Parts: sequence; structure tokens; C-alpha cells
Amino acid sequence: MINRFGNWVREGQIWGSIFRHGVPRDRRTRAMAILSNVFLHLHPVAIRKSSIRLSFTWCMGGITFFLFLVEIVTGVLLMFYYRPTVEYAYFDIQGLRAHVTLGLLRELHRWGAHAMVITIWLHMLRVFLTGSYKPPREFNWSIGVILLVLTLLLSFTGYLLPWDQLAMWAITVGSNMARATPGAGSEGPLSAFIQIGGVPLVHAGDDARFGLLAGTFVGPNALLRFYVLHCVFIPCVVTVLLAVHFWRIRKDGGVSGPL
Amino acid sequence: MDSILAASSTLDSVKHFINVACEPHWFLIISVLAFFIFLIGYRTWTKPIVAGTVSALATLFFLASCADTNFAKIVTKADNVPIVIMMVTVSFLLWLAFRQAAINDERMEKGEPLIEAGADDKVLVWPDLVYSELIALVLCTALLIVWAIILRAPLEQPADPNVAPNPAKAPWYFLGLQEMLVYFDPWLAGVVFPGLIIVGLLAIPYIDKNPRGNGYYTFKERKFAITTFLFGFVILWVVLIIFGTFLRGPNWNFFGPYEFWDPHRPAALLNTEFHDLFWVNTLGRPLPGHYLIRELPGIVLLGAYFMLGPVIMKWLFFRKISRDIGFIRYSVLCVLILFMLLMPIKMVLRWTLNLHYIVGITEWFLNV
Ligand code: HEM
Repeated sequence: MINRFGNWVREGQIWGSIFRHGVPRDRRTRAMAILSNVFLHLHPVAIRKSSIRLSFTWCMGGITFFLFLVEIVTGVLLMFYYRPTVEYAYFDIQGLRAHVTLGLLRELHRWGAHAMVITIWLHMLRVFLTGSYKPPREFNWSIGVILLVLTLLLSFTGYLLPWDQLAMWAITVGSNMARATPGAGSEGPLSAFIQIGGVPLVHAGDDARFGLLAGTFVGPNALLRFYVLHCVFIPCVVTVLLAVHFWRIRKDGGVSGPL
Repeated sequence: MDSILAASSTLDSVKHFINVACEPHWFLIISVLAFFIFLIGYRTWTKPIVAGTVSALATLFFLASCADTNFAKIVTKADNVPIVIMMVTVSFLLWLAFRQAAINDERMEKGEPLIEAGADDKVLVWPDLVYSELIALVLCTALLIVWAIILRAPLEQPADPNVAPNPAKAPWYFLGLQEMLVYFDPWLAGVVFPGLIIVGLLAIPYIDKNPRGNGYYTFKERKFAITTFLFGFVILWVVLIIFGTFLRGPNWNFFGPYEFWDPHRPAALLNTEFHDLFWVNTLGRPLPGHYLIRELPGIVLLGAYFMLGPVIMKWLFFRKISRDIGFIRYSVLCVLILFMLLMPIKMVLRWTLNLHYIVGITEWFLNV
């Protein structure tokens, strides 16, 4: 009965228009299943046995990607509840905790972010220890390093948004460093030499820290700036780089293995 | 009664011993020793029996420690749980990697095929990979949801620019850098070192010209590369994060794992400058008036470190490597390694001589 219903669905026009291949039961249809699906075709059709052993890749790249997707989904949902202004930010989060049904959004988003930082390190560790950055994969390692930096920046910009004491002071500690940028921070080495006729060009009102915070302290402008970076700019860049990363895995001959 | 008292005082002395062993210098010295023992003895300790016993003991130790309120309070703080998870996963996966490396190295010596051998055996992605991915997806989703249900995301008091918490900590993944602030000025710890870490990571594939060990686990064929990378990752990154999270309390003071975080403990640090050591203590003269002359000894010392370092390292260890990778790659490698080693060197100088700055041109904010 169920079988017959299943067959009826699979033979109908709707199913056939979505999946242009038969049930993946033989080599040809299984290959078609991968090739004719935009998401699955990130994969090759066939893959080395050693590459899919869990103890080789630890699935860490995949888990990192999974966590990135979790962050996108929960992040978009959080944006429905959150306004990035000093008046509302904290109380929106508080309201989210108190009133939203099944309020796990913030938990999923926060722990997912922490987990992603850990899994990306572990992924890098795996890639290093299997020597998978060696030719022809040098460039993909470089893409990976940029992804790592961006992931940390995503986490860092997101840290400010709850606008509680923890958030504000962690970002204060972090962004104070920018003040010390050589030649570009008001308290950085050599900055004092950058001047015209005795007027210093690098001071607290225009240095690297000011650029980061849009002000001389962690205030409303910093909140807005971090919000836009966190929700729009960095995720977009990461998405593009991920496309390159995955494309290059295929082009470099798939997950590495002994030659 | 007596025996209970005796037991509790032994317990206290054990705790005291561990508290002392966790002081910055002991903690790092023990970590570094463990690190090298780990690398040298990788074929022995990675055996499942040894590794299993060690991890069982570590788990026991951890659980027993949770009976101590000060310990439990820090470890179970919601935002610290990820770091405990990180410690467990990093240790487990390092074991997994070195276990496979040990097996592969042994097989290569005997001329047997590697674990990863059979590169031409291919399987279809549907179903073999797609289904594993589905299972991983379901498992990870379940784990994350359980984690989210058990632990609430913390929310502290509303931000108040006038009330600074003590300690004010950076996000946990940057705590290694914050720990470096103890030893270096922000321009190094917060700007130059992170920049060099990124540059160094980017440079790895272009410096490492060793064609072996591509696509399989091995230690024997890549000893230098793996040791250097892991020293940076495990000791200077992960261990410092653990240290910064669990052992740094109010005023960034050190607190042992079983100590109460007392905000009133004073920070008693009397630091010495290198220029004092040189001019006053050694030569017995007053400090020269001009800061460039005053700092000349430190500048010469640092200059020698970066100019002679590569030459000495070449004589001592890198004859073959420097020949293999050429002048430019070797120079980049040396600069990166010398900067990396600057961290532990400065730490040791601080612990032994209380050294504050090697070069201290405070007039320019240029302090090393
Ligand atoms: C958002 C972050 C990242 C995601 C989602 C990601 C995802 C992936 C995935 C799914 C793979 C396939 C094999 C595997 O799972 O291990 C992979 C391979 C690879 N990744 Fe990443 N990655 C990320 C960051 C990085 C970083 C930080 C590095 C290195 C610094 C890196 C370097 C590489 C290299 C070289 C490969 C090819 C490995 C091989 O052929 O064995 N990736 N990545």
C-alpha cells in the first residue's frame, strides 16, 4: 500500500519535474542524483574510500559548514526580535528570553558560534596534520585562513550585540588594542611622527580604534557598526569564500589522499 | 575523627600542590615538557590502553575536582563550558591523529601500505557519503539542541560604561592574546602578533617544501613542520586560552584552580628594565640622558637576535632545510620562528629577572 503510493508519487509529473532521475538504485541513477542537484553537485560522483573515513577528515569541515548554516538560520530569526540601538538592544534580548515560545534561539546561536570557532580550529588542525595544504592545495589553505579570520571576526562583532556588561567590556578590551596599532593608533609606536607642522595626524578622534568603533568609546555608533558587519557584511564575504573553498576542493582533486 | 582530619589535610595539601603547579611559570613549563614528551613518545602513549588509562584518570581527576566549590564555579560557568569542550575535543583528536601517524610510520618502516592506501578504490557518493552526511547532520543538530536546552545563554546587567567588571576579559578565543599583554605592550600582543599569526598561517604552504606526508597521517616524515605548528597551536594558543579562562581572576591576577577569586588581592610586581640592568646594575653608571643611547643595548640585543638568529639556527639545525627551501623562504621562516619564540623567551625573562622591557622607548610607545 505505502509502496504503491510511493511509486505513484514518484511516477507523477510533479516529482518528475523536481528530480530528473529515477530512484537512485543503480550506478546511473545514483550518479544522476548527484549531478542533477545543485546542492549535491558540490560533491563528486565517486569518491576515494579513504576520504570518507571518519577518522581521516573527522568531518570537521562539514560540521563547520553545518554550524555556519545554523548561525544563518537562527541569526535571521533573531533579527526579527532585535533592534541595534542602545535603548532597545538589551531589553529586546531580555524579552526574547522571557516571552518567546520555545526560546532556544539565542542559545542555539550563541553555542553554535562557540562551537564553530572550535570546529574551525579542529578542521585546520586536521588539514595540517594530514599535510593537505601541500600542492596542489596551497591556495585553498589560504582561503581557509581568511575564513578563519572572518569566523573570529563574526564571533567578535556578535559578542557586542546583547549590550550587557560582558559584551561591552569584552569589546572594550578587544578594541583597545587598535589604539596601539603602529603608525595608525593614537598610542601606537611611531604614530607621533605622523604630523604636519606639529599638528598630529593620528589622534584618538581619527585613529584605527575610532575607525573600528565609529567613536572614541563603545557606544551607539559601535553597536550599529558591529551589527551591520555581523549581520550583513561578514556573512556575505564568508559565503562567497565558502563557494570558492568548496569549488577549489573539487578542482584540486578532492579531499587529499596518498599519491 | 583523627583520620578524617588527616585525610582532609592531605587533600588540602594536594590541592595546594596543584594550585602551585598552576602558577604561570610552572603551568607553562609543565605544558611544554608534556608537549615534547608527547611528541617523542608518540608511538607508546597513543596505544589505546595507555591513552585510555590516561583519559580515564584525567576524567576522574576532573570529576573529583568538581567537588571543590571554587573549581566547580569556574568550570561550569556557562561561557566557560565551550572551553572544557575544546580541551576534550582537542585532546581526543590529537590522540586520533597521532595514533594514525604512529601506525602509518610503523607500516612505512616495514614497507606495508598506509591506512589511507588504496587511493584508487572509489565508492559512489550516493549513498556512501550522502548518508553519512545526513547522519552527521542529525547528530549535530541533536547535540546542539541538547546543549541549548541544558545551558542558558548568559545575560548580565545592562552595559554601563562607568562600571568596569573585574576582571574584564576579551572573548575567550582571544584570551591567549590577552595573556600576552602580561608580557608585551598592546602594539605587539594585540596588533603585531595577531598579524604575524595570520601571515605565518598563510605562508605555511609556500614555505614547507617537503613533498612527503601529503594526504596521510605521519609524524616521522614531517617532524619539524608538525612540531612547530603544534607548538604554536597547542602551547601558545590553546594552553594560553585555558590559562586565561580558568586561572586569571580579578586584576588579571593568577588564581589556582582551587582558590577563591579574591578581588582584593594586590598585584605586587616590581619590574626591572633592561636599560637599568645594563647601565646601572652592570656598568654602575647613571642612565644616559638621551633615550636612544639609553636603549642602545636593548636595540643591539634585539637586532642581534633577529640578524644572527637565522645564521645560528642554520648552523645548529637547519642546514638541510635552508638548502632545500632557498634563501627567501628560509628568511621568512626564520623571522616567523624568531617572533614566535620571542613569546616564551620574554616569559622566561619575566619569571627569572622580572624583566619589563628589553627596549623601552616609552617616549614613542615603542616598547618590546
Ligand atoms: C568556515 C570555515 C570552513 C569551512 C565551512 C570549511 C569546509 C571544508 C570542507 C567541508 C572540506 C572538505 C573536507 C573536510 O571536511 O575536511 C574542507 C577542506 C579543506 N579545508 Fe576547509 N573549511 C573552512 C575553513 C578552513 C580553514 C580555516 C582552513 C585552513 C586554514 C581550511 C583548509 C582546507 C583545505 C586545505 C581543505 C582540503 C583538504 C583536503 O583536501 O584534505 N578550511 N573545508
